[in-house]
Amino acid sequence: MQKYIAPVVRDIPPSGIRKFFDLVSASKDIISLGVGEPDFVTPWSVRDACVMALERGRTSYTPNAGLVELREAIAEYLQSSFQLRYEPTQQILVTVGGSEAIDLALRTLIAPGDEVLIPEPCYISYSPITAITGGVPVGIETFAKDQFKITAESLRAKLTPRSKVLILCYPSNPTGGIMTYEDWLPIAQLVEEHDLIVISDEIYAELTYGRKHVSFASMPGMMERTILVSGFSKAFAMTGWRLGYACGHPELIAAMLKIHQYTVMCAPIMGQVAAVAALREGLAEKGRMVDAYNQRRRLVVKGFREIGLECHEPQGAFYAFPSIQNTGLDSETFAQRLLQEGRVAVVPGNVFGLGGEGFIRCSYATSVSNLTEALERIGSVVRPLLS
Amino acid sequence: MNELQLKILELLLEDARRDAATIATMLDLAVDEVRTIIRDLEERHVIVKYATVVNWSKVDNDKVTALIEVQITPERGRGFDAIAEKIYLHPEVKSVYLMSGAYDLLVEIEGSTLKEVASFVSNKLSPIESVLSTKTFFILKKYKQDGIIFEEHEGDQRMSVSP
Repeated sequence: MQKYIAPVVRDIPPSGIRKFFDLVSASKDIISLGVGEPDFVTPWSVRDACVMALERGRTSYTPNAGLVELREAIAEYLQSSFQLRYEPTQQILVTVGGSEAIDLALRTLIAPGDEVLIPEPCYISYSPITAITGGVPVGIETFAKDQFKITAESLRAKLTPRSKVLILCYPSNPTGGIMTYEDWLPIAQLVEEHDLIVISDEIYAELTYGRKHVSFASMPGMMERTILVSGFSKAFAMTGWRLGYACGHPELIAAMLKIHQYTVMCAPIMGQVAAVAALREGLAEKGRMVDAYNQRRRLVVKGFREIGLECHEPQGAFYAFPSIQNTGLDSETFAQRLLQEGRVAVVPGNVFGLGGEGFIRCSYATSVSNLTEALERIGSVVRPLLS
Repeated sequence: MNELQLKILELLLEDARRDAATIATMLDLAVDEVRTIIRDLEERHVIVKYATVVNWSKVDNDKVTALIEVQITPERGRGFDAIAEKIYLHPEVKSVYLMSGAYDLLVEIEGSTLKEVASFVSNKLSPIESVLSTKTFFILKKYKQDGIIFEEHEGDQRMSVSP
């Protein structure tokens, strides 16, 4: 049937994560640090709100852009948490996960041949979706020595007359890197100078340690040029609900809404009702989750360093991204050996694009006892390789 | 009680076997500082004991637990404390609380049979002079104790690797 599949889809390489998932699924007694979602379940008050809505028969469509109540709650939340001012009925679109928002944003912005700048290592969907829309993904390598921040020099080096979109994802999956106000300033200047438009995926905004997240959209002059993408998955442990949102200039949101209304109509109402409860009542529980992640983060980083693996200090998300270069193995071989000999699953860094080779992504969204045991097992596999 | 002490207590409540080094890493403190704080908490009897939470329903020799509401007349000069002591010194008594509301003391009793608990109430508790009345409630099932849920929930449902 291959001949029927459109070339642009046929040519998308299979996801490296998928390949590794199959390997892991076939193994037993594994501790997995490969999971890209919280180990908490959605707070009970949020689940309860959804159950109540179902009992009351709230099973209809909602407005295409989402329940007004939810969009108002999102607007209030973004203003109080990140000093972002969006008009709820014109500048906010509720989507099926942050993933749909990224897809909509790229389809709205890209014409064939447009170049999309993507700092890497990064979340695995940006590049394939860019390709599907006819755009050309241009990776910008980031480095452990810079804590995986994007720098103005590296961005400038990749700019061409066809550069149109810059995708940013900080706090970063997979590196845990973050960007401060000072880090953003030169990037914002370049964006302005070269008239770029930015898709800022801030799904991990609530998970930062020691300092508060600075939204790229809050930088001077950047609100107009930024489509902010976020959602409920990470902050409120709501991954399976598939509920996200995009915020931006009214004309851009209106254009995205055109695609959204014909493809999904609206996000499921049950999730939208739950999301309102999350924003109203879930913030305290979110604080407890962040505290727990922070404790585990310290444990994991110290653990890797003690084993003898260099590990930059992740300041956001729930991933550590240690280097395994001194073991002499490449990421995939290392991850496979760790799986077979140590019964620990991690994700090889090369699946996240440029700069990922030589690293592994380890999620600390798992219990302290799992992490302690996993570190012991990793140590017993790594130490012989180092001596 | 400062924030640091509270955080250390929370981590020990979760797992009393956590050592000072692990706690120090988790809270970004020096090990010695953690040791000093724990020792101080122990000395001041803030940390009273490191005990084990057991789900007795999984142990064959089932125990019978009852909660008893006790109404008493306070003693002159010593209020409720002296009577509470008379009650809690019995080894069968697992906990005693002074309560607001319709009764005064809430007493938790543990025995190996229903009869044993009943005879404790009639032979030891009720005869105490200042005890005016008792109401006994047998516990049928414990769902959660000290913040720990006993029922085993389905384990980690997440896919083992995801983006």
